Amino acid sequence: MAAEALKITIDRGPNAQGLQTEFEVPAQDNQTVLDVVSWIQQNADPTLSYRFACRVGMCGSCAMMVGGVPRWTCRTHISKVLDGNAVTIGPLRNLPVIKDLAVDMDPFFDKWVAAEGVHHGGLTRDDPIAVVDETAPARVEANAGIECINCSVCYAACDTVTGNADYLGPAALQRAWTLLNDAKDEGRVAILDAVSGNGGCHNCHSMGSCTAYCPNDLDPMSAIAGLKRETAKSFFKRGRR
Amino acid sequence: MTLRLYMLQRITALLMAPLVIGHLAVMIYAIQGGLSAAEILGRTQGSVLWFAFYGTFVAAVSIHGAIGLRTIAAEWGGLRGIAADALMWIVGLGLFVLGAQAVWAVTYP
Ligand code: SF4
Ligand code: SF4
Ligand code: FES
Repeated sequence: MAAEALKITIDRGPNAQGLQTEFEVPAQDNQTVLDVVSWIQQNADPTLSYRFACRVGMCGSCAMMVGGVPRWTCRTHISKVLDGNAVTIGPLRNLPVIKDLAVDMDPFFDKWVAAEGVHHGGLTRDDPIAVVDETAPARVEANAGIECINCSVCYAACDTVTGNADYLGPAALQRAWTLLNDAKDEGRVAILDAVSGNGGCHNCHSMGSCTAYCPNDLDPMSAIAGLKRETAKSFFKRGRR
Repeated sequence: MTLRLYMLQRITALLMAPLVIGHLAVMIYAIQGGLSAAEILGRTQGSVLWFAFYGTFVAAVSIHGAIGLRTIAAEWGGLRGIAADALMWIVGLGLFVLGAQAVWAVTYP
């Protein structure tokens, strides 16, 4: 494979007139998609904008559309996504493009807050530290979602977000579910209300693109199913929202 | 799709499941040995039971279908807010009027 050149197409959007979008990149034995994008920026076109930080799958800033599907580019080997020796790399779907491969993540994080994906503490510094039972069923549910790196891959994969700009999306709702199951979080009513509105969990069609593409093997679809169950129970208990 | 719409759609779905089965079962039973308007009307006219059966059916279909079409119009047609709700009410009331007329026509004694 080495010595061969890769044919990389960068989707730079409608404002790309006159900008280079096709690049020949020298192939290496070990090369991630992010390596390829970095090579282009460093050697072929210094104006190419993209985003990354950790390069080891921790920070969640490097996600892009690769061959039409969302991926974390720093942990995706280029050989896995090549069609022959070519592939197209574009900005993440469902988010406004700032320039080239850099998208505006604000809507994604705003929805995180709108879903009450924030800590609702009930204790003060004078209270003893709450004991967490790692084997409690609720804790097991909460643990299932805490390794989310906020990469927005699931958000880009979700067709319901594409069709409904108000939909909070898989990552934010998964965080809401995690907090709902967290013994240290006291925001139960606020969370259930936040996920029951117009853009709430009930928009999810349970087709599972989020779960299929999450690079950390998380399962937002099942988390959202959990929210649907809890809100349905509270519907009967508390009456309509 | 709010929690309230979601619950209404699930509850009407639960209602419709046995009603569809009952409807199909009666259809299969009723066509044995031919089918005539007189035979059908003989069964349904003046029957409180059939009025309740198909009355519930029509109400459930109207609610369930209207909410479903609202979602399709919102996600595929970009309809938002009041426009989506207006469509839902028009479809729902339209279905209910059509269905209620039919139920009344075959059960009124
Ligand atoms: S399962 Fe729900 S959240 Fe996940 S991709 Fe499908 S609609 Fe979006
Ligand atoms: S759930 Fe998975 S895909 Fe979605 S933001 Fe978190 S880590 Fe990324
Ligand atoms: S660069 Fe941090 S996750 Fe890819």
